[in-house]
Amino acid sequence: MFDDFIIRAFVAGIGLALITGPLGCFIIWRRLSYFGDTIAHSALLGVVIAYAMNFNLIIAVFAVSCFIALSLLFLQKRTNLPDDALLGLLAHSVLAIGLVLLGILSSIRIDLMGLLFGDILSVNITDVLFVWVGGSIVLIVLILIWRPLFAATVNLELAKAEGLNADLANAIFTILIASVIAISIKIVGILLITGLLIIPAAASRNLSSTPIQMAIISSVIGLVSVVLGLQTSMIWNSPTGPTILAITLGVFILSLIPLKKLLISKKKIELSN
Amino acid sequence: MNNSLVELNNCGVFRNQKWLVRGVSLKVSQGEIVTLIGPNGSGKSTTAKMSLDILKPDEGTNTIKRDIRISYVPQKISIDWSLPLRSIDFVNLVTKHKTSEINDALGITGIQHLINEDVRNLSGGEFQRLLMARAIAKEPHFLVLDEPVQGVDYSGEIALYKTIQEIVKKINCGILLISHNLHVVMSQTDYVICLNGHVCCSGIPSSVIKDQEYIKLFGSNIDPTLSLYKHNHDHHHLPDGSIKEADKNK
Repeated sequence: MFDDFIIRAFVAGIGLALITGPLGCFIIWRRLSYFGDTIAHSALLGVVIAYAMNFNLIIAVFAVSCFIALSLLFLQKRTNLPDDALLGLLAHSVLAIGLVLLGILSSIRIDLMGLLFGDILSVNITDVLFVWVGGSIVLIVLILIWRPLFAATVNLELAKAEGLNADLANAIFTILIASVIAISIKIVGILLITGLLIIPAAASRNLSSTPIQMAIISSVIGLVSVVLGLQTSMIWNSPTGPTILAITLGVFILSLIPLKKLLISKKKIELSN
Repeated sequence: MNNSLVELNNCGVFRNQKWLVRGVSLKVSQGEIVTLIGPNGSGKSTTAKMSLDILKPDEGTNTIKRDIRISYVPQKISIDWSLPLRSIDFVNLVTKHKTSEINDALGITGIQHLINEDVRNLSGGEFQRLLMARAIAKEPHFLVLDEPVQGVDYSGEIALYKTIQEIVKKINCGILLISHNLHVVMSQTDYVICLNGHVCCSGIPSSVIKDQEYIKLFGSNIDPTLSLYKHNHDHHHLPDGSIKEADKNK
């Protein structure tokens, strides 16, 4: 009943949603929304390099993303500039370099729309494998570094003082974000990946009272959005990535409804009757 | 290094073209309370951070005994609004504890009823009590308290300082305390170090208050014999505002 490419799209999309859930929570907690954008912008350079050298796209993007992430850590220590200024500096300069290279290497033809917005319906079996194998590794590593990373997110000095290796956890986390962005390029594109990281986590914040709850609910919201978004895009023949994001926004708006309050006030009315 | 937990040897930190603090030596051993006093900007927190190895000294050496449990109550901590965090999650931040242990620790600092409360709903004083509870729950060998009672109400402040003393006795840990309450410092601690960018004077409380450097900084009008006002209560105030009769407690 479903064609193969649709099944692949579902499998890849669900895999991606499961990873972006918890990672997105950390991005929100640490106020790193801009960081996701910066890495995504610099992905263009990775794509150009991959095409120029006839190299695997995901690995090239991952390498460039890691380089940018580590440059940021270096600049943070060496300059007195605020983080958002550094991120803007990196994002746009690397994007510019990518465009310059793209212009020079005129033999390369890149599907810019596909790169910007992704095309989940065109993922092949290798891409699906990258999502699930890479995604599993990302999740396992995140679980392993959860305690030091979370403690460092709450208070860096406290985590360091009490013997947790906070610096290492931070560096590993940066690499995890780079890998997720590399994995997701083909699926949602570089303009929309930050949305898939942040919106489900933001919606989840309204529904949860503990950090682990927030991470899990965030994954569930992402999963539901991917499934609904794929189906909607097939019915309406709309672009898939943007449709998925539009659905996450819908969930976010729903999450603003104060369900608990409504339930409590209903009970009060029943009691008074 | 015998029974000392932490030693600073002639330590200093140099930042932005100036020394934040210089020439600090101190030693904290098991079962001992060492207190840092001094005016604002005198390098108290910087010294505490060197003793925790958060800040590497730019001169001198800091030595921390290997494999000891350390608890830290920082001076300032702000929880981001986007973090869903209950008191119990906060106590479990660095080390996971049993619920009974958490209850005990929160009970000691008088906020057991707030165990499932979101941290952002706590008042300043309640949060300070939570920070203390988290530090105690770890049963640390070395405990650093950077102005642990700021924002705590007056009776709570005395109670918390008593608690600190009890902890030292119970788990025999070493404490490095930063405090502005000179009465408490003088009456309840073993060793006082008076900082003002460098060590002005140090020693046991009774000798420090006679030191000229100390009198220059804090004045001589603080009567060392003035102890905390003690009276017999026939009841206790519980943190939730209710009153517990002391007789029934016996």
